[in-house]
Amino acid sequence: MTEDEHREGIKGMANPGRYGIERIAYLLMRLTGLGLLGYFIAHVYETSNILRGRMGWDDFLAMTQTTEGHIFLALVIGMCVFHTGNGIRIMLGHGGVGVGNPARPDYPYQPASQNYRQKIGIYSSIVLAAVAMMYGMAVMFGE
Amino acid sequence: MAQVSSIADEQASTPLSSPKSIVLRISKFNPKLDESSKFMEFTVPYQKWTTVLEAILDVKKHFDHSVAVRYSCRQATCGSCGMMINGKPKLACFTKISELDSDVVTVEPMNNFPVIRDLTVGFEKLFEKHQKIQPYLIRDDSELESDEREFLQSPQEVEQYIQFANCIKCGLCNSACPTMATDSSFVGPQALAQAYRYVADSRDKGKDTRLNIIDESHGIWRCHFAGSCSQVCPKGVDPAMGIQFLRGYLLGFRS
Ligand code: HEM
Ligand code: SF4
Ligand code: FES
Repeated sequence: MTEDEHREGIKGMANPGRYGIERIAYLLMRLTGLGLLGYFIAHVYETSNILRGRMGWDDFLAMTQTTEGHIFLALVIGMCVFHTGNGIRIMLGHGGVGVGNPARPDYPYQPASQNYRQKIGIYSSIVLAAVAMMYGMAVMFGE
Repeated sequence: MAQVSSIADEQASTPLSSPKSIVLRISKFNPKLDESSKFMEFTVPYQKWTTVLEAILDVKKHFDHSVAVRYSCRQATCGSCGMMINGKPKLACFTKISELDSDVVTVEPMNNFPVIRDLTVGFEKLFEKHQKIQPYLIRDDSELESDEREFLQSPQEVEQYIQFANCIKCGLCNSACPTMATDSSFVGPQALAQAYRYVADSRDKGKDTRLNIIDESHGIWRCHFAGSCSQVCPKGVDPAMGIQFLRGYLLGFRS
């Protein structure tokens, strides 16, 4: 960041505190997208262990049978559910669906694109992710 | 450099009988001389109706005339006085101290714009991008036929774009935008909202031209619909809505 541009930089981009739940969803979408990408790469590596035969496969899979492994997988479940739910909201939004209609603006100028449908989309993605994580943990730890 | 002063015997624009006062922290920075910005602190009295701009002008009048601030209309019309007020981009003339609900008010130059001095930022890039999307009616028959007097529009047709025509080019939206925070080549919510303002105008025939202009690597695809632009816009333009409608055309959701 150069001082002449006076850009806020990554810190400003990732600061979720100032612009409501929509900006938090933006940040979560980024983080979960990158998290899933990381998981995907790790997953390809993990499943390649099949080439080491049954022993190698079982050896590696044992890692997911630990407490840390369960928590990690629960996080992946949560990231997956939030990313998908919020992703559907964003894809519709990007097409102009559910972002309100133009109208003569009136004070105090509530932006129609930041409407309750968008908020319901965000909050329900978060709640669904939490429920899925709890269900996953119940299954994994209940074994 | 920090200095604590208060308006004592001098005559302030705000009556001194005012029982309430705030500490106004003003960012001072001259890129030609200073290494980094510093804050000056002033105790300023205020009333229920005192705006942040009035408080800054009080400081200029009584303590430090060198504070650089740009303003003109004082009524949210000219778009000159955008700045970070307690961390969020707002118009200083349109923000009352009483609504900030804070004993300390910190004013800084708007983010994502080059600082000229103190609270004043350069708008060259903003205007350049605004011009780039061709902010005027495009049509072949720019001259009226002899028997016509105007290009008629129904109230419904006006409704389609009038909210976007409210833009005062204050740049608050570009300052709040998370993409703008890391990419100064991004065309930005201000210009994109204006692209939609003309595309949505029934008199305009420049839709394809404008969609072509914004369909590039630092164009509309860098918007992630975070919506912060719409939350800070002081005129109800809702740039995020216009941008998603534009993208709707490009993605084939709309025609
Ligand atoms: C049904 C499943 C999915 C849906 C609906 C979905 C949808 C989306 C959408 C709409 C975006 C764009 C968000 C924006 O504009 O800010 C996005 C970004 C992204 N997605 Fe997904 N996605 C899905 C699955 C995945 C998977 C499995 C991965 C990883 C392998 C992934 C990785 C990413 C990454 C890295 C980003 C970029 C994040 C950013 O830069 O903000 N997504 N996804
Ligand atoms: S869209 Fe709103 S915030 Fe952006 S420049 Fe125009 S008036 Fe200012
Ligand atoms: S002084 Fe004109 S918008 Fe604030």
